[in-house]
Amino acid sequence: MMYGYAWDLTTPLTYAASILPILLIGLTVTLQAAAAGFALALVLGLVFALLRRSRIKAVALTTAFVVEFLRDTPLLVQLFFLYYVLPDYGITLPAFLTGVIALGLQYSAYTSEVYRGGIEAIPRGQWEAATALNMTRWQTYRDIVIPQMVPRIVPTMGNYLVAMLKETPVLSVVTVLEMLGLANMIGERTFEYLVPLSMVGIIFLLLTLICSAGIHRLEKVLPKAGIPLR
Amino acid sequence: MNKVLAQQPDAASAAAAPVIEFRNVTKRFGALTVLDDFNFAVAPGEKVTLIGPSGSGKSTVLRILMTLEPFQEGQLTLAGIPYHEPNGKGPFRASDRHLHQIRSHVGMVFQSFNLFPHMSVLRNVTEAPAAVLGLSRAEAECRAIDLLRMVGLADKKDHYPAQLSGGQQQRVAIARALAMRPRVLLFDEPTSALDPQLVGEVLGVIRNLASEHDLTMLLVTHEMRFAREVSDRVCFFDKGRIVEEGEPERIFTAPAEPRTREFLQSVLG
Amino acid sequence: MDWLTYLPSLAQGALVTAWITLASIAIGAALAFAAGIARVEGGRAVSTLALCYTEVFRGTSLLVQLFWLYYALPLVGLSFDPVTTGIVGLSLHVGAYGSEIVRGALNAVPVAQREAARALNFGRVHTLMRICLPQAIVEMMPAFGNLAIETLKLSSLVSLISIADLTFRAQSIRNITLDSATVYTLTLVGYFLMSLVLMLAMRLIERMVRRGAAFPRAAHA
Repeated sequence: MMYGYAWDLTTPLTYAASILPILLIGLTVTLQAAAAGFALALVLGLVFALLRRSRIKAVALTTAFVVEFLRDTPLLVQLFFLYYVLPDYGITLPAFLTGVIALGLQYSAYTSEVYRGGIEAIPRGQWEAATALNMTRWQTYRDIVIPQMVPRIVPTMGNYLVAMLKETPVLSVVTVLEMLGLANMIGERTFEYLVPLSMVGIIFLLLTLICSAGIHRLEKVLPKAGIPLR
Repeated sequence: MNKVLAQQPDAASAAAAPVIEFRNVTKRFGALTVLDDFNFAVAPGEKVTLIGPSGSGKSTVLRILMTLEPFQEGQLTLAGIPYHEPNGKGPFRASDRHLHQIRSHVGMVFQSFNLFPHMSVLRNVTEAPAAVLGLSRAEAECRAIDLLRMVGLADKKDHYPAQLSGGQQQRVAIARALAMRPRVLLFDEPTSALDPQLVGEVLGVIRNLASEHDLTMLLVTHEMRFAREVSDRVCFFDKGRIVEEGEPERIFTAPAEPRTREFLQSVLG
Repeated sequence: MDWLTYLPSLAQGALVTAWITLASIAIGAALAFAAGIARVEGGRAVSTLALCYTEVFRGTSLLVQLFWLYYALPLVGLSFDPVTTGIVGLSLHVGAYGSEIVRGALNAVPVAQREAARALNFGRVHTLMRICLPQAIVEMMPAFGNLAIETLKLSSLVSLISIADLTFRAQSIRNITLDSATVYTLTLVGYFLMSLVLMLAMRLIERMVRRGAAFPRAAHA
């Protein structure tokens, strides 16, 4: 995509301006990877959190171990594992998808802890009232626990989303052309790394500041008692 | 108003058959024995109040009935259904289905109301009838509005619990429990968490319920005057056993047991 | 047993990982206290400087920082060997995150404690060292424990700037043998075990700090 692209290396500023469009293309990939990875982490984390509360001890303990293992090993190695091992078993996925799965797996370990804390913060009286009204476990989660838990966990989840955003550059090592990958390519062509890498840093910084401000706003808007159900 | 609380037709309900029956029930929390070889029966439609010092196990009786607590020994039946399945795995680990069946006959009003904070008053009362009994929204709302009218809060149906006083919240909680049409309604210190000036309105609702309906009621309360007015029978409870029971008039005016006398003196002053 | 032949090389890599992680935690902790205390106690200029440091290093990606240090800095004439670069990058990262922990814990010390210290006419340094930090440090320990594990995991990124750590060794072995499943499983288990050891160590340090603080936990709750 970069062949024939004209760099303007006369001054750092013109150089920066000439590569900005390319980096912004990379930014869309970064955002897509983080969005997809986070969606996966939210779903998988909830599954882990519920399995961990299972009344079958073997299920609860196995889940606890899996979550601990995912949380205590590096994203980069998990990514390599998926990228190189899955094809050996006949599963060949596009690099982007492999990256998304790795991000989702790693962060599901974090989100499951957030869910767990959120569930444990629901007062016991709420569970007891649901039991007294003869609601099943599933109905209790659906109508009582989750609507009250969600507003409490949104800020923490938001912070993990920002954290994930900052880890997406790791995907560049398995050939996903997100921002950092593109910046490296530009550097290899021009032998000038300072500007492209600095720009990636600045874009990340802006992104993080915007997201943090957004989370802060969201925190104020959310109903403290839970999502109102009429 | 009786249609609101229509009882399920009682299959062969001989007046003598108790709706609640504890036989030699023992309940322990670790090393602490809360109920000790406990025997207790309540007839259909009877209003029974448990009184006694705090920590004597009164609330535990209600919590066991509501399946919130397991017990270790003995037998318990509700409307003829034993709490443990005869062919179940362990004697006190009934299946969810079995517990579901038991719970369909019991309702409970909690000390701290336990309303669902994220639901409107109306939704608090309609949620379980719709989700558990399978009523349509319209049917559930119809039932809920009747009940809210009965507790005097129909105009608050779109408020949220946090917008109500404690007394109002507890009245909603009573309507919520009644909406499931239980045969037995348990009241666990329903006024203990209320400011003194709000106690009256809640007791008023319970008093009406007691005098106008054939619902079986089991109350734990520290309101002695109320207990005396509302109950058919008062049981004095101490250290996991019933020390003395009888008609309220007799218990309050001429208690036979010294421990009962001591307790009543301490609370009535 | 192929996998046995991988072990010596992986173990060497693990040693490098351990060394880089521990060095970064130690230097990072020093930075964290410096920046965290500067944020709370420093004057306007000092605390703004500390804030900028924290925001820049928390707001950009660690991998971007490492590449920047590795590829971009030499272009302006600053050049370190890879290991130094890795340790510098990780330490700055740990320092930035750690400073938030320090700041939070210091701010959580009740205002009444400072007022009492002022009433006794303690100086600022004395108040900080003898009153605030001993109470705050106990509260910091669980968060620092998590940060330590995080550092171990992130240290794998230094393999991308050609440091022969555990991940780097795994990559090399895989490139030769193509035995991906075995190599990466061993590597993951290696990191997991190192995490467990690190966790245990942090617990021990936490207990020592608690004892060193010399007051029962409930006393300041």
